[in-house]
Amino acid sequence: MTEKNWPLYEVFIRSKSGLSHRHAGSIHATDDQMALDNARDTYTRRNEGVSIWVVRSDKIVASDPAEYAAFFEPAKDKIYRHPTFYDIPEEVGNM
Amino acid sequence: MYTQGLDQAGGKPQRRDALESAEQLAAFQARIDADEKIEAKDWMPEAYRRTLVRQISQHAHSEIIGMQPEGNWLTRAPTLRRKAILLAKVQDEAGHGLYLYGAAETLGTSREQMVQDLLDGKAKYSSIFNYPTLTWADIGAIGWLVDGAAIMNQIPLCRCSFGPYARAMVRVCKEESFHQRQGYDIMLTLARGNATQKAMAQDALNRWWWPSLMMFGPNDADSPHSAQSMQWKIKRFSNDELRQKFVDATVPQAGFLGLTMPDDKLAYDDESGHYRFGEINWQEFYDVLAGNGPCNRERMATRRKAHADGAWVREAASVYAEKQAARNAA
Repeated sequence: MTEKNWPLYEVFIRSKSGLSHRHAGSIHATDDQMALDNARDTYTRRNEGVSIWVVRSDKIVASDPAEYAAFFEPAKDKIYRHPTFYDIPEEVGNM
Repeated sequence: MYTQGLDQAGGKPQRRDALESAEQLAAFQARIDADEKIEAKDWMPEAYRRTLVRQISQHAHSEIIGMQPEGNWLTRAPTLRRKAILLAKVQDEAGHGLYLYGAAETLGTSREQMVQDLLDGKAKYSSIFNYPTLTWADIGAIGWLVDGAAIMNQIPLCRCSFGPYARAMVRVCKEESFHQRQGYDIMLTLARGNATQKAMAQDALNRWWWPSLMMFGPNDADSPHSAQSMQWKIKRFSNDELRQKFVDATVPQAGFLGLTMPDDKLAYDDESGHYRFGEINWQEFYDVLAGNGPCNRERMATRRKAHADGAWVREAASVYAEKQAARNAA
């Protein structure tokens, strides 16, 4: 039998309760359970996490860096979405 | 670290390089100059990509081969505590290899391909791992000097322009500090022991000092590809700068141990505030890189055997996964 390349998984770790999962890196595994085990052994040898997500890299849908300007353009010209857009007299104060 | 500034220039120009316009190259350099990080899917010159694949994979290979000299003492560590520590350290080296293969893979070269290049002898790894570990003190000297040299080189890599490499290095550096300290701790224990133990520590230092200095790669004058890596901010300091930093840091540490560096030219220079040291035996360095060090053949034979011996495990895991998938689908 010829050897098959193991699928690539992306690893996301929640470092402690209350924080979001954050991308840590990637690992190879033949199945989801092995992906979790390998992610634990590779990325949390020093208590770096309380929860791990793994997801097949080929299942991730990503925006295209080459198109980022056009993709994010709709947000660029709406500066009125920021609180600093508004001039409120100082004596009114902040909420 | 572990890449020694060799063979990193991205190889010979290839056909695809010619398709890159001056505007693209200038825009890329402008991003680098503005200290922006380059991410895997961003446009990059092919030479930048090749340089990184080569450097990061060499680095990964070094971590993997680097398990061997230390693995040699796992079953003979003097106490259970030392054995547990060494096991954890060797496991870290495997982990570092995996972080780095992962970072290199984002550039479009598969891990299998990189591993195959190592097994075929096409890819290099650091010269340092071709020296034998003859006594327990060698484990101390490796942690103190080899991992110390790695830290010197890797800290600037945490700021390298390629995001995935920089992030992997942050993780590696945190763990490398444990490696260095456990090594110095071994040296300290031996140096404070009886005369035989102290002599063993000195002997290990004598054998590891010069190869450690070689880890930083050739002198700047003989490292023609460094300029491009500096311009791309893959490299932040020159080989000689880092080597000098390492010497300045370790000579006082040897003094604290009551050990002496095996270099009669070593002297503190008041004017510059640096330690001046003797000439490195570059012939030895190039011989080791060419495959003729004390352990090159043994290291490669061991790696090839481990890979071949693991084939049935990889195969079984793939078959098991297929069987499970078929069952779940049914």
